Amino acid sequence: MIPAKFDYIKATSISEAVNLLDEHGFDAKILSGGQSLLPAMKLRLNRPEIVIDINGIPGMNSIEETGDEVIIGANCTHTQILNSDMVYKTVNILHQAVTTLGDVQVRNRGTIGGSLAHADPSADYPAVVLACNAQIEVEGKGGKRTIAATDFFQGIFTTALEDDEIVTAVRFPKVAHGKYLKFYQSASRFAIVGVAVVFDDSKVKVGITGVSDTPYRATAVEEAYTGNGDAAEHAVDGIEVMSDHFADENYRSHLAKVMVKRALEE
Amino acid sequence: MNEKIKKNSFLTNQIQVSLKINAKNRSLTLDSRTSLLDALREHLELNGTKKGCDHGQCGACTVIMNGKRQLSCLTLAATCEGANVLTIEGLAKKDKMHPMQGAFVKHDGFQCGYCTPGQICSAVALLQEAKDGDASYVTADVRNISKELKLSEEEIRERLSGNICRCGAYNNIVQAFKEVHSADDEMPTWKFATKMQMKSAKRK
Repeated sequence: MIPAKFDYIKATSISEAVNLLDEHGFDAKILSGGQSLLPAMKLRLNRPEIVIDINGIPGMNSIEETGDEVIIGANCTHTQILNSDMVYKTVNILHQAVTTLGDVQVRNRGTIGGSLAHADPSADYPAVVLACNAQIEVEGKGGKRTIAATDFFQGIFTTALEDDEIVTAVRFPKVAHGKYLKFYQSASRFAIVGVAVVFDDSKVKVGITGVSDTPYRATAVEEAYTGNGDAAEHAVDGIEVMSDHFADENYRSHLAKVMVKRALEE
Repeated sequence: MNEKIKKNSFLTNQIQVSLKINAKNRSLTLDSRTSLLDALREHLELNGTKKGCDHGQCGACTVIMNGKRQLSCLTLAATCEGANVLTIEGLAKKDKMHPMQGAFVKHDGFQCGYCTPGQICSAVALLQEAKDGDASYVTADVRNISKELKLSEEEIRERLSGNICRCGAYNNIVQAFKEVHSADDEMPTWKFATKMQMKSAKRK
């Protein structure tokens, strides 16, 4: 299978990539790891006329620590994050999520920025960035801005990114205690339900992926939390639950409650 | 149109890429849509790397690029400028097979053989990952991870899970890997049925 015709451009700077996006708008697509984009292009679900490769842009693949944050460049591969001692120590929940993500070959090429911008409703990162209250750094024609994770995901494969914007980095606050649990689809290892819980004294922050077409913060669970797993019954309150051939609405709702309960009781 | 996009009457979206494949420098002019897999198979006559699903699900197209195993079907050739690619054809030294190839033969780590080039490339890369102490799902603590990991059967299965073998030669693949990785010729955890068991099974 061969994608529809496109022109390939290797961008050498963020501003060059942004200018190209601005010029070509909806016809252009950013290529990072390509582990989701290329299959979609081969199936012709996606037919960009211009593919802008951002892999060569310097300074986008580092993991840095500043004060109470860890900043991960958008081009960091999953393998880089998995093997980062700093991520393990300071944002362990992110490390946990990456261990369950895809297989080694995919982890060697796929990137965190690509995954977030793609916004697959079953991806692992969304649950974690939501629960951690991470900040997503983006850059566009109008300059740089920061989007809170809670504002970033807007629907299936839809984010708050404007047509001329790219994700440049993700800023994670350090998290002392967190748990990522997922019930995965056994062939693809995508999440049927993925639950990230960040514990903060007597409070929790809960991010859920795979359940709805938009990953969400389970605020009903957070409000009902009293130190045990009972609040898990509110895991899908007010949420439109997805239904597919892997798990129908009832089963998925049940799974969400079970996984949230297990994560809360960690 | 951006000046970087060069037009040519023949290939409207042509790209040029120079890379090293199995220690040989190669320069190619390709359609921008060409995957690394198609570049190897269709343009360089390196047919060892196999096309299974062409969607990143089966692992048959695994090659080692800049020391990391990757899916050549989900890698555009255009993105490989300056890369160093090792395929199944580059593993043997003249007539001497790579130890992993020898172990696959010895332990019968295949049946139809279609997934084998990908399996072997994946296994060879895993040898290095274990030496480097790369983390996995089974790693308890990255801080205490030692180099020169000795991988358990569970770890080997987890870390080779990106390569699917439709014939189901997994037990033998694990044995082959174990022998090269840790000179472990301990028998596998499964056993052949005894003559008595075979006889009683036939009677039923």
